[in-house]
Amino acid sequence: MTMLPFLAAGWIFLAGVYGMVTSRDIIHAVGCLAVTQSSTYVLLLTVGYRRGGIAPYFTDTPLRTRTVDPVVQALALTDVVVGATVTALLLALAIQIRKRHGTVDPDALTGLKG
Amino acid sequence: MVPTTDLLPLAIAVPLLGAVVLVVVGRWLPRPAIDALVTVWAVLEVGCLAWLWLRTGDGHSVSWLGGWSPVRGESVGIVLVGDRIGVGLALLTGALVLAVVVYSWRYFDEPPEAHAGTFPALILLFEAGMVGFALTGDLFDAFVFFELMGAVAYALTGYRIEDPRPVQGALVFGVVNSLGAYCSLLGIGLVYARTGELGLAQIGVQLARHRPDVLLSAAFVLIVTGLLVKAAVVPLHFWLPDAHSVAPTPVCMLLSGVMVELGVYGTARVYWVVFSGPHGITHAHLRAVFVAAGVLTALVGAVMCWQQRHLKRLLAFSTVGHVGLFLAGTALLTPAATAGTALYVAAHAGVKAALFATTGVLLDRYGSVDEHGLYRRGRDLPFVGALFAVGGLGLAGLPPFGTALGKAVAEHAGEDEFPWLPAVFVLVSALTGGAVLRAATRIFAGAGPRPRDQYAGTETTGGGEEPEIRDPQRRVPVPMLVVPAVLLAAALAVGLLPGLGAALAHAARQFTDRTAYTTAAIHGHTVAPSTPVPDVGWSAEGVLLALASTVLAVLLAMAAVWGPALRSPAVGRATAVCDGVGRRVIVPLRRLHSGHLGDYVAWLAVGMAVLLVVMAV
Amino acid sequence: MSRSARIRLFWATAVVFAAVYTLACTGLPHFGTAVHPYGTRAVATSLRQRTANVVSSVNFDQRALDTLGEESILFASVLGTLVLLRRARDERVGPPQAGRVLPSTRLLGLVMVPITLLTGVYIVAHGQLSPGGGFQGGVILATGLHMAYVAADYRVLKRIRPLAVLDLADALGAGAFVALGFAGLIAGGAYLQNVLPLGTFGQLSSGGLVPLLNAAVGVEVGSGIIVLLASFLDQAVEVRPARNSGSGGGT
Repeated sequence: MTMLPFLAAGWIFLAGVYGMVTSRDIIHAVGCLAVTQSSTYVLLLTVGYRRGGIAPYFTDTPLRTRTVDPVVQALALTDVVVGATVTALLLALAIQIRKRHGTVDPDALTGLKG
Repeated sequence: MVPTTDLLPLAIAVPLLGAVVLVVVGRWLPRPAIDALVTVWAVLEVGCLAWLWLRTGDGHSVSWLGGWSPVRGESVGIVLVGDRIGVGLALLTGALVLAVVVYSWRYFDEPPEAHAGTFPALILLFEAGMVGFALTGDLFDAFVFFELMGAVAYALTGYRIEDPRPVQGALVFGVVNSLGAYCSLLGIGLVYARTGELGLAQIGVQLARHRPDVLLSAAFVLIVTGLLVKAAVVPLHFWLPDAHSVAPTPVCMLLSGVMVELGVYGTARVYWVVFSGPHGITHAHLRAVFVAAGVLTALVGAVMCWQQRHLKRLLAFSTVGHVGLFLAGTALLTPAATAGTALYVAAHAGVKAALFATTGVLLDRYGSVDEHGLYRRGRDLPFVGALFAVGGLGLAGLPPFGTALGKAVAEHAGEDEFPWLPAVFVLVSALTGGAVLRAATRIFAGAGPRPRDQYAGTETTGGGEEPEIRDPQRRVPVPMLVVPAVLLAAALAVGLLPGLGAALAHAARQFTDRTAYTTAAIHGHTVAPSTPVPDVGWSAEGVLLALASTVLAVLLAMAAVWGPALRSPAVGRATAVCDGVGRRVIVPLRRLHSGHLGDYVAWLAVGMAVLLVVMAV
Repeated sequence: MSRSARIRLFWATAVVFAAVYTLACTGLPHFGTAVHPYGTRAVATSLRQRTANVVSSVNFDQRALDTLGEESILFASVLGTLVLLRRARDERVGPPQAGRVLPSTRLLGLVMVPITLLTGVYIVAHGQLSPGGGFQGGVILATGLHMAYVAADYRVLKRIRPLAVLDLADALGAGAFVALGFAGLIAGGAYLQNVLPLGTFGQLSSGGLVPLLNAAVGVEVGSGIIVLLASFLDQAVEVRPARNSGSGGGT
């Protein structure tokens, strides 16, 4: 099954979305968003894998060694930073919601309707 | 002299540097000095972008970051590509940021302790994100700038932490938009797997070598899902009214004026450069799906807009309606429709920002944005009322506003293929403009009987908002009146300046030519587009349709304001019919806007699934 | 929408997504394919630029604009968190309470704080040579400092955490990245061009601009994350509602 790693990314994505759809706690929902995001890491790294490739740095390896794709690793690093910082912002908002609404249950947040 | 290639990265670096300077010196400078500094910076950025607009002319400005120009058509770097549509949007962003900065001179007297420069710094970072997104020619880089404008927007939306609603709206905004962005990233991963490239032009070239299959359409749908969430296309639009109705007024001006439109721009750019090539997604397929999506969005937005009493929410839904029209216009895929949409976007930004700005005055005077609660209370603000009403007429498309011109050009371009399209444009303009005129008549003229509550469910009323200025003075600050007036004048100018229409006609021809973009980005030389320059100007038919939508808007507003006072059997019957339609269609539609995070995520998944199916068949 | 309707809607879309996504994956090159045009070019370019760690070369040289955008997101998020977690009008600040810590934990913390900080500096400084770099090292630096919170208490952490300085360092780190980009323009090249001498392959000074950008990012990330965490810790430890609205705290 050479497709399995790609399918794993799709599975993780769906798992995260399911978590957000059914969430009863916005902090949990923010966590599920992070799960969804990790599907993008899995996909990127899967795409960049090269059979027999090593990590793309040459400090102590010969210059002709076959490596995996370094570009997707750089993209994944950027993606990690973006995800971490956005999560921090969302958690800050969650703290304020807890203070102002007295709850973190999405079912109880009824300020914006219609 | 700065070469054109350096102006592109400078347009991104200048606001970033400005944000840093404001944060550093903001702790020592007094408030007026900070305001002056950020204004100077915003002017500098507008100058830089205006210069870029002039230099770009009718071609493309191309800049390879880090000097990684392609060797034999291949590069390892990131390219910034500006044509007059992209640069024009960046310039619009710059102009709107300048307006917002001036408008906020007397705003927010309560920055975080020892961080007085934070709010203007965030505005400049927001600007950098939007400008970068408009100028980048690299798919992953577009994702980065998309996230930059997103992250700043979430923080700015939740700025008023004492009020429960902004923090809720900001969280929903953040989660839904981030989810959309991750869908885009999945799509980028699929595209990279197939082509091994990240530049828009390079991916386009590689994709043209493969047969069209499900991978192509799935990657396209995933990438545009994030962009369509930003563009608030039904059913991915739910976050928008929640976020735009609670964000601080200056931020709303930017969100509705230009950020949402950037979503449509991104969708169109990705389609044209990456997916429209040989073996790509055909014009007919895309046109059918996206015109339908645009029309659905426009109708839902307009109907919901008419239902609102919370003024900022009303304006937010009118943005949904207009973005639907922009999407439909762009999806017609002709240079004329693109040029018309570009004019429409520019004028709409001025009108919508002006309307939010005047609503901000009401919020500060009365601590409320509730149409019913403010009934008759605005009678001591005749100038503000006049601005609000003129804004409503501009939204409805009164000639010679640029909205009327853009609408007319786009309608004309689409009526051969879709004869009913002008009717949609007229109806949506009339409903959104009419809703604003209705509110203006009630609040500032105090006309008609006191409005009564009709909606059976709970709704967002807009009463009891936290005022954004702690100590409302007797007089409205001058910048808060000058800025909307200037914005409305600018929207008028968009319709009256013949040079702008001609420039955008050429720009649209470039924008809709994949070869011209690809050749400029990869090989650095210019190819003249093959299509003729579309005719962008006033026509008798366009003026008549624009007048029709304006008259319809005025009639709708009058019917809503004075209708309940009339006592006649005919009016009674009409009211009964309206109530019946309301119960069956409108109440369920309003119930869908539940403010519930899980619902919105589920709707996002639905929208994506529908697109996956219709683009794959 | 009711909860069950929402879940049914999700399953319907999940089936569609799973089917289309699986079909799409059949069109991908097989897992582990040797064809990576961009990746191959990036490795060759990195070696030409005498940067042993190819990922750093991509992040700080070939695709430096991405990293500039990424660091701006971090900068914006720190500012945003400061704004969102500022003390509201109806809140007051109480002194943090002294914590009780086992002597062995205290001793371990005392030993580990300098070691962790040193590791962080090492990871930042060797970003162009070995896995790591400004972001990874910056995170280690920030966590190292917070060991003081684990090994002692919040008052100790506050004493060794000069927030005003770190706040400034965060902004200056972000500014340094933007400003270093101008070096290329001044030297007559492009923005963010690597115009410094490239040095010897495998040496600490190799890679031209890469180590400098790495350092800027290290400073920004290290101080930014400390400031970010400080906002959250203040909420948990110090901020209390003045009147009785909600029960406060975000722990």
